[in-house]
Amino acid sequence: MSTLTSVWSLVAAFDATLAGIVALSLRVSLTATLIATLLGAPLGAALAIWRFPGRRLLLLIASTLMALPPVVAGLFVYLMLSRAGPLGDLGLLFTPTAMIVAQTLLIFPILVALTHQAVVPLMRDYRDLLASTGAGGLLTLRTLMWDARFAMITAVLAGFGRAIAEVGAVLIVGGNIAGVTRVMTTTIALETSKGNLELALALGVVLLTLALAVNVAMQLLGRLGRRFETP
Amino acid sequence: MIGASLSMAGARLGPPAATLLGPLDLALHPTGITMVMGANGAGKSLFLRLAHGLAAPDAGSVTWNGQPARGTLRQRGFVFQHPPLMRRSVAANVAFPLQALGIGRADISRRVAAALARTRLTDRAHAPAAQLSGGERQRMALARALVTEPVALLLDEPAASLDPASTAALEDLIRATAGQGVKLLMSTHDIAQARRMADDILFLDRGRIIEMGAAKDFFEAPASQPAQRYLDGKL
Repeated sequence: MSTLTSVWSLVAAFDATLAGIVALSLRVSLTATLIATLLGAPLGAALAIWRFPGRRLLLLIASTLMALPPVVAGLFVYLMLSRAGPLGDLGLLFTPTAMIVAQTLLIFPILVALTHQAVVPLMRDYRDLLASTGAGGLLTLRTLMWDARFAMITAVLAGFGRAIAEVGAVLIVGGNIAGVTRVMTTTIALETSKGNLELALALGVVLLTLALAVNVAMQLLGRLGRRFETP
Repeated sequence: MIGASLSMAGARLGPPAATLLGPLDLALHPTGITMVMGANGAGKSLFLRLAHGLAAPDAGSVTWNGQPARGTLRQRGFVFQHPPLMRRSVAANVAFPLQALGIGRADISRRVAAALARTRLTDRAHAPAAQLSGGERQRMALARALVTEPVALLLDEPAASLDPASTAALEDLIRATAGQGVKLLMSTHDIAQARRMADDILFLDRGRIIEMGAAKDFFEAPASQPAQRYLDGKL
């Protein structure tokens, strides 16, 4: 009972250290989500719109990599950024930038595969109209991505959810350095191993609250989108 | 020049051994309403797709005013039997073909407003297209096809699922369009509708044109047995 009380007081107090950890978590995962969306969503949509050689293989790779273990993504980025690695000179290892790169890599396949899924049924409906009006490639891509935006929100939120919740990738490339690369999940792992359960639990509460907010937002946007769907 | 003249020369869809349509040879009058008739599976929808340029002929040629249909698609409008509804407002649906033509915003809103007024959809402009009734959907599809001021309009059984009042409203709009010199090419199952509207008839049977000519002659004295059987309600 006393543990719970101190958890709540920690959350309620939301001191500078806690605030810093939460802020870094959000900065890293939101940036990774933004980059993965900007790169992955157009690719996913293109895979739904056009037939070209290698399309099926790309889709297979994307859906396979949706299950990429975070530690493997972290390991890959670590090898690239470590001093002996090809990008070692950039000096990015154990920085928030390295964490953003690792999380972007981790969730990029999710954005590709889920955007593809969102655009496929729309393309089925629109194909004749696009052909009969002679719409060009860029307009086709823009139109489908815009009209699939409510379904694509699910892809973006799934990507963000995976990024904010993972611990393996950011631990390997970030190093969990206090005040520099320490985020919510790595703190929870560390504090638990130290027996400091109050702080670990407090961060768990924050993480769950964020997940709740994300889900509420997803449902509200989904409801908005259904107005445009044929019953 | 008013209207547009469709010509086909040896046009065929599908491989020689399993031809879906054709070979077709025809030259239509550049104005007026040509009704495409025939039983289920005769190839009416496929014929319209070939004529518009949505399908490329496997042999022969399909031209409008001497230009290949495939390259001049944007000069015509097409109304599908089940019009694709974009997940947008009615106005945005109607605006789309103008966007495809690369027309500027100010011009788009002016032309969309005119097309919606013409099809009596002005008060539905901002509703999501998915909320329209069946009759309103077909009128929206017509507005979307007419907004580019096409030289020809192709319609695939546009009234197939409409009630009598909606059908009458749609027919009035189609007739008015034809009256402005736009070539109309329309398929129908409804013999009464064809009698009301057609200037010419093109009768298809198993992917071939077996009768082509003035509507009056076709209805009074069909030359072929399949057409006679169709008009008697036996095909």
